[in-house]
Amino acid sequence: MASFIQLLVSGLATGAIYALIAVGFTLLWQTSQTINFAQGEFVMLPAFFVLAAMNAGAPFWLACLIGIALSIVILGVLFKLIIVDPMLKYGVLPLVISTIALSLFLKESAKDFYSSQAQPFPTLVPATDIHIFDAVISTQSLAVLAVAILTVVALNILLTKTRLGRQMQATAQNPTLARILGIPVQRMVLYTFLLNAVLVAIASILVSPIYLAKFTNGETLGMAAFIAAIIGGFNQVRGAILGGLILGVLDNLSAAYISSQYRGAFPLIILIAVILLRPQGLLGRVEERTV
Amino acid sequence: MFRSALLASVIVAGVGVASPVFAQSTVYIPAILELSGAGAVSGTNFRDGMLLAIDEINAKGGILGRKIDTPLLDTQSDAGISRAQVQKVLDNKPFVILGPVFSGSVLVDMLLTQQAEIPEIVGGEAAAITQKGNPYVFRTSFGQQFSMPKIANYMRDGVKAKTVGVLWVNNDFGKGGRDTFVKEMNARDIKVVADISTESGQADFSADVVKLKAANADAVFVYLNEEESARFLREAKKQGLNKPLIGETTLLGQKVIDLAGEAANGVRGHVGLTVDAPIPAVQEFAANFKKRFGYACDHNGIKGYTAVYFIKHVTEKIGKFDSKAFAEAAHGITISPKDQPGILMEATWDKNGDIDRISFLGEVVEGKQKIVETLPKLNK
Repeated sequence: MASFIQLLVSGLATGAIYALIAVGFTLLWQTSQTINFAQGEFVMLPAFFVLAAMNAGAPFWLACLIGIALSIVILGVLFKLIIVDPMLKYGVLPLVISTIALSLFLKESAKDFYSSQAQPFPTLVPATDIHIFDAVISTQSLAVLAVAILTVVALNILLTKTRLGRQMQATAQNPTLARILGIPVQRMVLYTFLLNAVLVAIASILVSPIYLAKFTNGETLGMAAFIAAIIGGFNQVRGAILGGLILGVLDNLSAAYISSQYRGAFPLIILIAVILLRPQGLLGRVEERTV
Repeated sequence: MFRSALLASVIVAGVGVASPVFAQSTVYIPAILELSGAGAVSGTNFRDGMLLAIDEINAKGGILGRKIDTPLLDTQSDAGISRAQVQKVLDNKPFVILGPVFSGSVLVDMLLTQQAEIPEIVGGEAAAITQKGNPYVFRTSFGQQFSMPKIANYMRDGVKAKTVGVLWVNNDFGKGGRDTFVKEMNARDIKVVADISTESGQADFSADVVKLKAANADAVFVYLNEEESARFLREAKKQGLNKPLIGETTLLGQKVIDLAGEAANGVRGHVGLTVDAPIPAVQEFAANFKKRFGYACDHNGIKGYTAVYFIKHVTEKIGKFDSKAFAEAAHGITISPKDQPGILMEATWDKNGDIDRISFLGEVVEGKQKIVETLPKLNK
């Protein structure tokens, strides 16, 4: 029982990070039909912004804020202006290929400008343990879980309780109608890119103490988030959250109780099952498109 | 500055292939290494150690009066690309090939170099590399069949373990090490009570630590790559795994210690190559490496450095640039630092291309690797 609780908390913490990244995936898809295959590298990069700021003398909290700010500019504004806007008019496929190219560029740039070696990354809270029913729960896992939940709650409030959020949702659901209603669609799309940048920066700060800051981190994270988004439903934020949590918990439990050798296969088995039985994802909705 | 110099050397090397005058004044020894992808840490360390040696040798006139020409080719840490790069350089008739480091790539490449009768000095440690009867493959680090008996002896005599848990990475390096280690444990009547494979690049070790705790072995043998070792150590500390953690170079290296922080304290094991070795020549090399490249060298840097000096010594012994004669002369050779200072420690290459030399038992104390014992050559 103690082991199960430990695995569950640890899996939820990892899953919550996957969820943040997957939410970013779904937001970009909904508002601009952008499938960002560089999303994993978007999570890898902010950790290096933070480390660079710390090397320049900034304390950790300030370095995190600088990292988030740089992410907003580079992974939000510049990504949209330089890659998405010029490519989107040629259709989804050229944009997908562009984001694949971008992922390679970011990965190799991080390696060249920083180092190919993994770097230690500070934790949000000191490494102490809490004992619950004989289970040793790390405060770091609880802190990751808490920050991820707060981020998702804040995002949900923004999207559902504010005028700006409702405009963004309207843009995602029907941009033409939104434009007729006077909603500045282009600005709303830009805001979505900024939101995605904030989400990946937070995910980066949460995941880097576990993964260590390394230029290859995006490969695993991007794939995990992509699978999570498909399992949960690519067109629903809450689906992406559910998909992320399922993936994190499943990974831990399957490795401990079924087989550590085949742990990588279980998420893919779930993915195939979802595609076969419920192609819109667990919480996704069926979309009809005119072709 | 370094990047520009590297680019310039690559361009010069490319021009050199087409220039007869340049070709006569150089010897073509290409390096095929993991410069990007998952193996970039190992590959870049090997490369930088190698470049340091090449520059030292070229500054003193090269080998038999010819400067070493070493273009760098990236395997992208992929065995298929590695094979293609070997095929590419074989067309230019190399004297010797350096690299790669990943055992999986070596196992694929060595068939090509054997067919072409070109010696290959590799960084891979999987036991299988030198057990295939290939007379053209040589290592500059211990194969697992040399390091595992030393660890097994330490498990029996030092730790006095009756049961062990084994945590290994599921690639050619990890699988080879795991198989050899389990065989050595069986030979010493030590029972393996947990046998856990992990993925290359794995980040979350919570499930693995839970399984190790449940196994309640007397000691745990950890055989992962460096970064995974650091992640595992952090998780083991987090979950309070209080059994002796024993490993090889990839568990006790300074990089692992830097990444794992306090979680690395108390880790023990066998270290084949380390810049912390109590040998002045090794420490001088480490200082030169850090001064030039700005980071601390790991064991792969020493592999790269000694590989070049190994080539120099054997070539000067045979007195000509003959690949086949090189391979014949390299088997059974013993090189002492008195004859070739760049070799750092006396080393012997056997009939399979395996290296034998002294090694060390280490322990991590207060964030530093401390060598507690020097072990003699295995076949002494």
